[in-house]
Amino acid sequence: MKYIEDTIVMKRMKTRINKNKGWKVFFLAGTLFALLCLVILVIRIIIQGWGYLDWDFITNFASRTAERAGIKAALVGSIYMMCIIAPVSMILGVGTAIYLEEYAKKNRISNFIRMNISNLAGVPSIVFGLLGLTIFVRAFALGKSLLAAGFTMSLLILPVIIVAAQEAIRAVPKEQREASYGMGATKWQTITRVVLPAALPGILTGSILALSRAIGETAPLVVIGIPVILRFLPDGLLSEFTTLPMQIYDWAKRPQEEFLYVASAGIIVLMLFLVIMNSIAIVIRNKFQKRY
Amino acid sequence: MVQSMIKNENSIQLNVQSSKNLREQKTPYKEKTIVFGTNHFNLWYGNHHALKDINLDIIENDVTAIIGPSGCGKSTYIKALNRMVELVPIVKTTGEIMYRARNIFEANFEVEELRTRVGMVFQKPNPFPKSIYDNIAYGPRIHGIKNKKVLDEIVEKSLRGAAIWDEVKDRLNQNAYGLSGGQQQRICIARCLAIEPDVILMDEPTSALDPISTLKVEELIQELKGDYSITIVTHNMQQAARISDKTAFFLNGEVVEFDSTDKIFSTPRDQRTEDYISGRFG
Repeated sequence: MKYIEDTIVMKRMKTRINKNKGWKVFFLAGTLFALLCLVILVIRIIIQGWGYLDWDFITNFASRTAERAGIKAALVGSIYMMCIIAPVSMILGVGTAIYLEEYAKKNRISNFIRMNISNLAGVPSIVFGLLGLTIFVRAFALGKSLLAAGFTMSLLILPVIIVAAQEAIRAVPKEQREASYGMGATKWQTITRVVLPAALPGILTGSILALSRAIGETAPLVVIGIPVILRFLPDGLLSEFTTLPMQIYDWAKRPQEEFLYVASAGIIVLMLFLVIMNSIAIVIRNKFQKRY
Repeated sequence: MVQSMIKNENSIQLNVQSSKNLREQKTPYKEKTIVFGTNHFNLWYGNHHALKDINLDIIENDVTAIIGPSGCGKSTYIKALNRMVELVPIVKTTGEIMYRARNIFEANFEVEELRTRVGMVFQKPNPFPKSIYDNIAYGPRIHGIKNKKVLDEIVEKSLRGAAIWDEVKDRLNQNAYGLSGGQQQRICIARCLAIEPDVILMDEPTSALDPISTLKVEELIQELKGDYSITIVTHNMQQAARISDKTAFFLNGEVVEFDSTDKIFSTPRDQRTEDYISGRFG
């Protein structure tokens, strides 16, 4: 006695295959829709901003007239801020991830901490802005400075870096650690010689993507009270400064139509900035990628 | 028996200052030296009593095979010998394991020191994703050897010792992952030899290998046994019979029988041993 009859199998075969095709079309449509929106947005911005994008735009300070407006202060401010965020967030983030994955005992408290770090990654950036305002700007009296903003942004992306680094560290096979411990290596030697080299691509990719987020972020800076129009470059860690998204935001909300085009030019610069950073992430990942 | 063991341990203690010295001199007397003495050893994973009152003496320069069905505790036991089992956080132990008359669980016996003397080869070949050279040099380097010449010599000696020098001598700078599984496992054995261990623990070293690679690893074990004490966990009873001097049969966390391999496979004392080796269960 056969339980599976050929005729029924053949009849159902058609519907199963059609269902499969249907879902494929649905997902493809979803992808295309998102892609289309992105392409339209990018094209529109390039058309609007291209005319204003020249060397003067990069080297001029902000101005009341759209023709002479430039992005120098914002571009330099963003780069300086990144120079603070990158080391602070990566050292703290990778350190925390190493502690949680390699040293901390797995118990209720450490699980609770792990879970909350993941949750922190989802906290709105404006909340981090309030935190930065309370702690760095007021309590530490750093003012609306590069340092205060850099620390605030570091806190903002810290959970993302921790989670990315934790995952990269966890992905290193247990056998690799056993091989190292089995030869009498200490925990520190195992971490620096086996775990970190293997986890490095993942850590760097995650960190650079998190940095890109910090570069594009405005809300915390608005809360801290970063000025928009600056006609000088920051000259120290406690100096005032502005950033690309702040500058773009200011231009975009002005009534004159020309400033909309200036904003578009600013967006192109910001996007180029992000594309370069993400390319670095990809190059690093491909270069250090190791297979097991 | 117990008295002679105590006497034995005392005489070792005089010699124990440097285990390296000891290794070079070998034993001056005829009695067999105990490398690992396990006395009333118990181990729990959380509430699971994985090893129950183990008493087992591993003799210097012997190949000791540990056989038994899956989950009988044989891997746990071998991993207890170099305290690798402690990587699992919920492990508790009682009783003692004496390595050359020192309890490996005593506070002033650093686990790093133990693992330098007691090397391990794992079930799945686990070379590092580095060059063959760096794989072998890993052990000496973590112990602080930086001199390139010395490292070169150790790498060659270890690879020769693991009978793989001729196969890899022209590509020492290539990634060890380019090698076949059997070659990788012999690289792992060479890597283990590079720290000049006293004992080599092998946890089913051939279970992931094809028959020809298995044969090569078995031949290698035969060659190594003159210089090292080898303890090997194996699923393969023919393998145990082929290569070992003594065999311990584990069942449900207990040692059912421990005797010379010949006796275990020809005239086992325990009915369960006989059932297992004749393939009636397991």
